[in-house]
Amino acid sequence: MVIADESRKAITEMQGGEKEAQRYVWDGAIPLQVHLHDSEVTTLPPPPPALILAPRIGYLPLLSSQLKPFFSGALPPGVDTVWFEYKGLPLKWYIPTGVLFDLLCAEPERPWNLTVHFRGYPGNILIPCDGEDSVKWSYINSLKEAAYIIHGSSKNVMNMSQPDQVELWRSVINGKLETYNRISSKLKLGVMTDDFSEKINPSLKPQHTGNETEPTAPLKASRIPVRLYVWSVDQDFEDLEAVPHFESWDQISYINRPVEINKEGKYLTLHEAVKSILPEFYPNSVNTDNKNEEKVIKVVRIQGIEPKMEIPFSWVVNNLMNPDYFLHVCVYITSAGKGKPIST
Amino acid sequence: MASDQPICDGSLSSTDFQNAANAFAEKWKKFNSGLPEWTWIDCSNRLGFAAHGISDGYLSLQNTFIPRSVKEDHDEVNSNDNQEHFDSATLVWNNISDDGDRFDFHVVYSHSYRVPVLYFNAQTSDGQPLNQDEIEKSLPIKSSEMLMESKWTFITQQEHPYLNRPWYMLHPCGTSEWMKLLLVGHSSTNQYLISWFSVVGQVFGLKLPFEMFEKP
Repeated sequence: MVIADESRKAITEMQGGEKEAQRYVWDGAIPLQVHLHDSEVTTLPPPPPALILAPRIGYLPLLSSQLKPFFSGALPPGVDTVWFEYKGLPLKWYIPTGVLFDLLCAEPERPWNLTVHFRGYPGNILIPCDGEDSVKWSYINSLKEAAYIIHGSSKNVMNMSQPDQVELWRSVINGKLETYNRISSKLKLGVMTDDFSEKINPSLKPQHTGNETEPTAPLKASRIPVRLYVWSVDQDFEDLEAVPHFESWDQISYINRPVEINKEGKYLTLHEAVKSILPEFYPNSVNTDNKNEEKVIKVVRIQGIEPKMEIPFSWVVNNLMNPDYFLHVCVYITSAGKGKPIST
Repeated sequence: MASDQPICDGSLSSTDFQNAANAFAEKWKKFNSGLPEWTWIDCSNRLGFAAHGISDGYLSLQNTFIPRSVKEDHDEVNSNDNQEHFDSATLVWNNISDDGDRFDFHVVYSHSYRVPVLYFNAQTSDGQPLNQDEIEKSLPIKSSEMLMESKWTFITQQEHPYLNRPWYMLHPCGTSEWMKLLLVGHSSTNQYLISWFSVVGQVFGLKLPFEMFEKP
């Protein structure tokens, strides 16, 4: 059936349900000031740092097509393999750039000063990266995992046509939200019905169009793909400027555990969702003796914001998830001794 | 969540994974005496991993040599020899030989795919890490073909969920599909890892002694 462009657009808007916050996430970018590492500078004077905007939903190696011409004149002879470092910490390229920023800069640093290397890839810390292809496969694998969590099968992603797969990937790296919503809606990964937004704005409610053989209403998934990056800050802090720097990836727990939705028809708040993954930081009201040893969640940061913990989880997921259908959440933990935990 | 219930969809809960891991390690010890043992690495005290199930962690088998000599054997396997003979004599690994590649295997539970995932790393006998090409070359020819043909089973390098370092793994996205077929009608969750390893072990030319498949 041929659908005219206009009506297709209308359907897309209803299915994909483009939301204002999603647009902000897609347009979000982090101003970077990128320095070439001293050991790789062969010219005098050394090249100036490169100023570049890095999309939040993008990945650092994708910047190399812009950075390489800028620094190539200063590089020693050899084979280029790009990697980035922040204050001595090699950055994991398969974590979206916005998540790295939220995690590593407790107090946002603008511009964000990163060091780029084209030599000496730290293969013992980072998964190999052979340019855009590696990043694409990492993205597709993540999407497959999300599809599995939602549907119990990755088939929709595996069976995507080659042109669709290419177009989807292009839409992610070029920040084309409309294209992304059009292609990704074919995967039928409607994560959660956003009861909250439907109530305040009934027009958002998906309607049957009659043009599709399959139902267009978003599926009520019982499992939501979530990646938590939990950083335990050794010392307590009163404000974010006082947070010490992150020194090693060992300070972080990377928790890949879906949020299970069991109760039909009940609002699940962000607080309840985080609690279901990290129950250890929500002790029962009965306090234990070693109160000072207790660790509490100090900051929950998603896409650069620290949302109120009582907002509906469905809204958070639908608006703040990354294009791999995972909600990436940064969590700072500190001991409960002095600080006041975030709202409970 | 009784452990004797048949598994219908080929997946496993995290609690059942821990039980199945114990059962697997015990049987392994009983019927593969002389081989390295699987040990349970407890990670419950890691930040964010407490308070989930009995004891969060993974199974580990370290320093397993796969002698190079076996690799040729698989070439000569008769094509209509479908009857796998599980005989402890065909076990191809030992920890004495020193002219092979040394593998570390970890069995980690994936909460996303709800199945066990095999992570591994390999070194040559003189301690050099093997890269992906070298690993694929060092595997039995049959499994190299299997890896080429199957879009369900392939080796990729991923971050180890507990060690935060790059490790190789057999991608789990198809595991529940073939486990569903393997478990039709007759299995309990305690047998899950044994059935599972009988498949993934083949990638490395590893077979289990048939006694392990018998019910206790």
